[in-house]
Amino acid sequence: MANHGLELEDDDQEAVGRRYSPSSAPKSHSDGDRKLRFYGHGMPYLKDLEVKGHLIVIEGPDASGRSTHTQSIQAKLEADGHAVLGTGLKRSELISEGIIEAKGNLGVGKRTLSLFYAADFADQLENKIIPALEAGYVVLADRYIYTLIARNNVRGIERRWSRSLFGFTPVPDLIFYLDVKPEELVHRVFQKNSILDYYESGMDIGISDDMYKSFVIYQARMAKEFEKMKKLFGLQFIDGNRPIEQVNVELQARIDRFLNGSK
Amino acid sequence: MDKTTHAGDGEARSGRAARKGMRSRAKLSPRRASAVSDPSAGRLIAVEGVDGSGKSTQLHLLEQWLRHQNLKVFKTDWNSSETVKQITSRGKKKGLLTPTTFSLLHATDFADRYERNILPLLEAGYFVLADRYIFTAYARDIVRGCHPGWVKKIYSYALKPDLTFYFRVPVDIAVSRILMGRPKLKYYEAGMDMNLSNDPYESYRIFQGRIVEQYESLVESEGLVAIDANRGIEEQQVEVRERVMKLLGEKGIGAMKTEALQEYGKPRPRA
Repeated sequence: MANHGLELEDDDQEAVGRRYSPSSAPKSHSDGDRKLRFYGHGMPYLKDLEVKGHLIVIEGPDASGRSTHTQSIQAKLEADGHAVLGTGLKRSELISEGIIEAKGNLGVGKRTLSLFYAADFADQLENKIIPALEAGYVVLADRYIYTLIARNNVRGIERRWSRSLFGFTPVPDLIFYLDVKPEELVHRVFQKNSILDYYESGMDIGISDDMYKSFVIYQARMAKEFEKMKKLFGLQFIDGNRPIEQVNVELQARIDRFLNGSK
Repeated sequence: MDKTTHAGDGEARSGRAARKGMRSRAKLSPRRASAVSDPSAGRLIAVEGVDGSGKSTQLHLLEQWLRHQNLKVFKTDWNSSETVKQITSRGKKKGLLTPTTFSLLHATDFADRYERNILPLLEAGYFVLADRYIFTAYARDIVRGCHPGWVKKIYSYALKPDLTFYFRVPVDIAVSRILMGRPKLKYYEAGMDMNLSNDPYESYRIFQGRIVEQYESLVESEGLVAIDANRGIEEQQVEVRERVMKLLGEKGIGAMKTEALQEYGKPRPRA
């Protein structure tokens, strides 16, 4: 069933070690209709769906420059004549309000919150991302499931459960991870907001009463999770410690190369 | 660190799984190996069945009986988490929910109740009575077209009930009970999202029929206790209580009085 060679649900074999690399995607042929590939069981009712567009993901912690990059990349791609849809986590019209409520409500458990995010993501996927891919858009995702999986892992939810949960998501064409050292990141956060976010500091998992310490430890743990996912999902690590313009040039070049190569 | 056991990894490490009739506990939810709390202190009983099968009535009678024995009882209903309710109902009103989203919202609702109520109450030694449990999600989500393996994995962290009653009733009877007053069926309730029929009543009928098929396959694979719900309410309740008594016997709660059961079974003068 659903044999894409991408099964993440397999209980008997350690999923780690096998790769779900975007680069293993079949090269798109001339006029671009390809079957949508999912990480796991997918959405069986969308089986054999053909897409023309491309899904490009930029991952990275808060204040890593993600939003700046996605904005300028979107502008450049549109200038080049691509139809672009920007998406991000917490953007579903249906659910995002609820997520904020749940966050404000500290009694909500980790699994509940995780499923909440997954529901929100599924809503965007089915109502925005997949239709856009069908229509030939370049979908530029400001974060994707990897952040959600990393958050779960750091909070002690089993990896296999998270990976299976997100088996309904399509495999992106390109995934970038903006790698910024936690010590550098903390300064960028302060420059941006002057305060540290409760969840982005991992305060909910009780690492330390000291918010600064907690932030640095939490972000280091998150970075470690991304390191672990690097091979498995084929993340391209981008050194985000450099000046933002420099990083942007590199991202844009990689994206252009991909889009031109797949024409 | 990171010593969590994986859901569905297999046998429980404690000896509990080996106990007779405790098969359902073999798949333990992931817990920290070092956790002191033990949900086996309590008992989890669930009722399943289509709308109109009479399961809620039976659960209510069971609840009253257990309370009467001075047992600590907590009842939980499907789709009742306060946090999640508002969002779900908003999406439902708009008719916007696709099967995966729909499934995940119910999973969120369940997780909230599980993390906040069901699990802690089991650890505290309560009788947790669930009006619908994970099998409702299995049946509905699978009928809506989600992958069975995916759905089951999502709920794999949840303890399987000690007893799950499935109230088996011919689908025509259940449907006619519900449709008797020509109620206004809600969009998703009638299964209108699946394009089964343009007529909500016909759609509902087809939908319920498919749910029954799913339940029937779960009776075997998940060990649900099928109760013939075509009989009188009291007759069914006697069987339910007998099953629960058996469970208590294994558990060895001394507080239960066998007389209570016998008394209930006696014919009473009709009013």
